[in-house]
Parts: sequence; structure tokens; C-alpha cells
Amino acid sequence: MSTTNNIAQARKLVEQLRIEAGIERIKVKTTVFCHVCVSKAAADLMSYCEQHARSDPLLVGVPTSENPFKDKKPCIIL
Amino acid sequence: MSGAAGGVASVGRVQLKLRKTLKGHLAKIYAMHWSADSRQMVSASQDGKLLVWDCFTGNKLVAVPLKSAWVMSVAFAPSGNLVASGGLDNICTVYNIKAASPKTLRELDAHTGYLSCCRFLSDSEIITASDKLKRPQTIMFTNHIGDCMSLALSPDMNTFISGACDSLAKLWDVRDGACKQTFSGHTSDINAIAFFPSGNAVITGSDDCSCKMYDLRSDQEVIGYQDTSLNAGVTSLALSSSGRLIFAGYDDFNCHIWDSLKGEKVGVLSGHDNRVSCTGVPDDGMGVCTGSWDSFLKLWN
Repeated sequence: MSTTNNIAQARKLVEQLRIEAGIERIKVKTTVFCHVCVSKAAADLMSYCEQHARSDPLLVGVPTSENPFKDKKPCIIL
Repeated sequence: MSGAAGGVASVGRVQLKLRKTLKGHLAKIYAMHWSADSRQMVSASQDGKLLVWDCFTGNKLVAVPLKSAWVMSVAFAPSGNLVASGGLDNICTVYNIKAASPKTLRELDAHTGYLSCCRFLSDSEIITASDKLKRPQTIMFTNHIGDCMSLALSPDMNTFISGACDSLAKLWDVRDGACKQTFSGHTSDINAIAFFPSGNAVITGSDDCSCKMYDLRSDQEVIGYQDTSLNAGVTSLALSSSGRLIFAGYDDFNCHIWDSLKGEKVGVLSGHDNRVSCTGVPDDGMGVCTGSWDSFLKLWN
């Protein structure tokens, strides 16, 4: 009884591995010392960060006047 | 990847200030989720309540009493009309929070295990993660061997990723339910998972005290984020809007900030008196929210 289950499970696993093996992969070449030889994958991630860096409030900082989370202190009339 | 990123400018030390502490829960906070409007946020605590907050004012907008206090996950629907929660009751309950008083809309109870995470695709579709992942209508994703602890939707909503106690991360197609890719490398439970904003990479956080970035198109791990001084498991993570900063909550009561490209620690959010259990950055990227077992939520930017 348990052997049949094992076979069924193994079949499922093989089928899944077949699907995953069929995926087209782009090659990753990462070398520690050579800054010129970057993989396309790493390059794409870096370029995305760079493109969006200026509009990332947590990177560039939020001006006090525009900070929605900052507590606004009430004005005190002296 | 860290080699490839050698030429990228450093982000320097990232020092964010605590802007608000949201007090209201009476017990450990287990989950939080930002609304799509980047202003409201829902939190879940084992005091048996969901609280919807206006994070600009710090006010509580809605309190939803839960049938079961053992909540582990909470989600805001993209419309802002609904929230969902679930936990050890094995049920995902959907609430309408726009009604005069919060109304239970649906109870999705066909789970055989506790509900660790849920995310809305729309007001009418929700993906839930329990010992099996499922979408209630037809599709059951039954590939993880260990309990699925976390899930995240891709920016284009066509795929989602799951992280599980079998230390694997898996990429799934939302429509046909097929598991497209599996990523290994962690040596313990994956508790947190998030998409890089371009949709081409995923970041995972694990009980093995490390985070990893896996690139989807090259199907492999491209960088690991670990530090010998960090001996606490990762409980949660969120990315800044450009993807450059990773905010990872740890069992050591802190949220550490990592440079996603260079793999270096660049900052820390300290202030909680207990484990940081959940972290989230709103869609507009204006801040980061940390929730903790100390019953407080903190907003930083």
C-alpha cells in the first residue's frame, strides 16, 4: 500500500522536475574581480535600482514639509 | 552579484527616524498590511482584534473583533473595502470594513492547516497559504512539503511566490496553478518573502538568520545577506520602492536594513522591546512600518 503511494509521489515529483527543467534560463556570470563581465540578470537589477533611486523616498529622504507621517505640532499662540 | 555591484555607488549609512508609534493593541502583533492608498494600514494582534489605522494622523479608523484570537495573517484588498485575516482557526475570514460596523463577508474554511498568509488578487479573489496553498474556486497548489509560511504577489499579479518550512521558495502561476520554479539554499524555514519591484527577483528571509535574493530568469541565488553578528531568525521583510533597500525584521528586536545590491548592512531600526514580527513598505514608498510582539507598530522614514 505504501509502495503505491511512494511511486505516485515519485511520479509527481518527476513530472514537476520535468516542468522546471524546461524553463529557459539566462546565464549568470558573476565574477568577483572583473567589473566589466556582469551578467545580464545582475545588470538588469542594478539598472532598475539606479533608474528608480531618485524617486525612492527612503533612499533620498523626505523633506519635513512633505512628510505625511511626521507629527505636526500645533501652533502655540504666545 | 555583490561583485558585479562593485561599481554601483554606495547608499551610505541609512538613518531613518521614528515618526510615530501606534499604540492600541493589547498583545503581540503578528501581521500588518498596507492599503493600496499608502495611508491606511491594517494590523492583527493576538488580543483578538484587527485595527485599521490612518497612518498620517495615527488614529484608529476601524476595530474588527475576531472570532478567534489566534491570528497569524492579515491582508488589505486593493480596493480598500475589505480586509481578510486568518490563523490557527484554519479559516480565512473576509470583512467589509466600509459597512457601518465591520461585517463578516465570507468565511473560507476549507483549509486543513493553520492559515499563515493571505493576499487579495481583487475583491473577489484571495490566495491563502496554509499547509496547502489554495485559491478557493478551483485551484489547489499542493507542492510544498512543509507548512507554507509566507506568500507575495508579483507586481503584475500573474504569479506569486511562497516560502515554506521545507526551506524552499516556489514561484506559482496564478491562473493555471502550476509551480514554475523552485529555489533552494536556505537551511531552515523561510518566514518571509517579497518580490523585487521589477518582478524579476525575489527576496527571502529565513530562520537560518539570512536573507537571499533569487533571480527568476537565471533561476538561481544571486546574493546572500548574512552577518556573523546576526544570530536571530528573520521574521519579515519589505523592500523600498526602488528595490535598493531591504528592511528585514529579526528575532533580535530590530529591523536591519540591507543594501540589496552590495549585500551589506546599511542601517538598523531599533526601538521595539520584543521580536519584530512584521514589516511593510506602502506602495508610494514613503516609509516603513514595523510591528512587534511588544504590541506596538512604528512608522519610520
